[in-house]
Amino acid sequence: MSIAVRVIPCLDVDAGRVVKGVQFAGLRDVGDPVELAAAYGEAGADELTFLDVTASVDDRDTVYDVVRRTAETVFIPLTVGGGVRSVSDVDRLLRAGADKVSVNTAVIERPELIGEIARRFGSQVLVMSLDVAPNPAMPSGWGVTTHGGRRLTELDAVAWAATAADLGAGEILVNSIEADGTKQGFDLPLIAAIRAVVTAPVIASGGAGAAEHFPPAIAAGADAVLAASVFHFGQLTIPQVKDELAEAGYPVRR
Amino acid sequence: MVVAFIVTTPTVAILDYGSGNLRSAERALLRAGAAVEVTSDRATCVAANGLVVPGVGAFASCMDGIVAVGGDRAIARRVRDAAPILGICVGAQVLFESGREHGQTTPGLGVFEGVVERLRADRVPHMGWNTVAAPTDLTLFDGVDPDARFYFVHSYAATGPVPGATVATCDHGGRFIAAINRGAVSATQFHPEKSADAGAAVLRNWVRSLR
Repeated sequence: MSIAVRVIPCLDVDAGRVVKGVQFAGLRDVGDPVELAAAYGEAGADELTFLDVTASVDDRDTVYDVVRRTAETVFIPLTVGGGVRSVSDVDRLLRAGADKVSVNTAVIERPELIGEIARRFGSQVLVMSLDVAPNPAMPSGWGVTTHGGRRLTELDAVAWAATAADLGAGEILVNSIEADGTKQGFDLPLIAAIRAVVTAPVIASGGAGAAEHFPPAIAAGADAVLAASVFHFGQLTIPQVKDELAEAGYPVRR
Repeated sequence: MVVAFIVTTPTVAILDYGSGNLRSAERALLRAGAAVEVTSDRATCVAANGLVVPGVGAFASCMDGIVAVGGDRAIARRVRDAAPILGICVGAQVLFESGREHGQTTPGLGVFEGVVERLRADRVPHMGWNTVAAPTDLTLFDGVDPDARFYFVHSYAATGPVPGATVATCDHGGRFIAAINRGAVSATQFHPEKSADAGAAVLRNWVRSLR
């Protein structure tokens, strides 16, 4: 494997502002997604992800402006998720300057949307985001949830990942609801189970609390790691994570 | 004494045929020192000092888009006139003779010999930052650290050989063409506009060559 392991900070954006309290040294305005994106770009982030958590449809337009300004400032790939429900939503985000979109609830409700997006823009724009929680009723033991883990679906997480990849998803973002926020490390068996059924890149998310949590996620089969709070609160820097990965023998971009 | 400097800013047209994110390419080329216009106007594409052919997604749909705006004719004209072209990602792939996707062969623009085929790797798409082996006479990489990484996102690539061309290669389940130059035509399989400082250096080298 000579391709570098990607380290991806994720920013929650609400009505054009970063939320979930960011404490990032050296910024004039920690609430400005563009300024924070530029800081992460400088720090060596390999990609950026914006999650638009705006509840009000009226405020959704602000995300396009944020994407536009970010694409003008930061020259690394940008993924935008949250509220993507149609091919025209994808078109607007790409035109604003996004490189990829992540989809979640909308494709659970209507799986055909995966193929519609992939046929129009290519699989590479489509990140299938899975919020996964343990569910003993599922064959794999993991189920897909919606609404931040509060609602169970009828979908087995591993089977659904395989289906989404077959339908045209270019990447699978695996977010463990159980591990998320615990800072005890990624859900390694879950990553391995999904890795086993897809050839598309897998992004591990949820549970990162220390630099040593990252290499095991790659060993379990992830191609990229995504984290939010450990970066935002300055507990870890991007170079620290890359040092740890490099020490474990994984290629990283410097 | 008044000394006048005449600074010529090369003009670059980015062919707009409805393919993905063009904003990043526009901004990155501006930073590289070009006067940039994103356009589907054929005359503008022919007249600019440099033409960028972008592209994401499927080979066949990109070809359809390019033909629909007359981009194929603009490109053919520039090739005839030895006027600089830079293809990026699928915009690089369509410069080859054909592309094979899902068992279907689509004719390309035929500027370079060869066929674009599916990568034979465990992980497809090839998505992320990879290193490129570039020969010293490929001026796109002038001053670029040999260990520098570039951002790739693709499932298909051309492998060559392309007669008379200078190529840089990347390895992902086998070697493929990461960048190519022959005469006035250059192309990169990676996205220089998304490849941070290394990509900026490649674009600067290309813009500088337009003067």
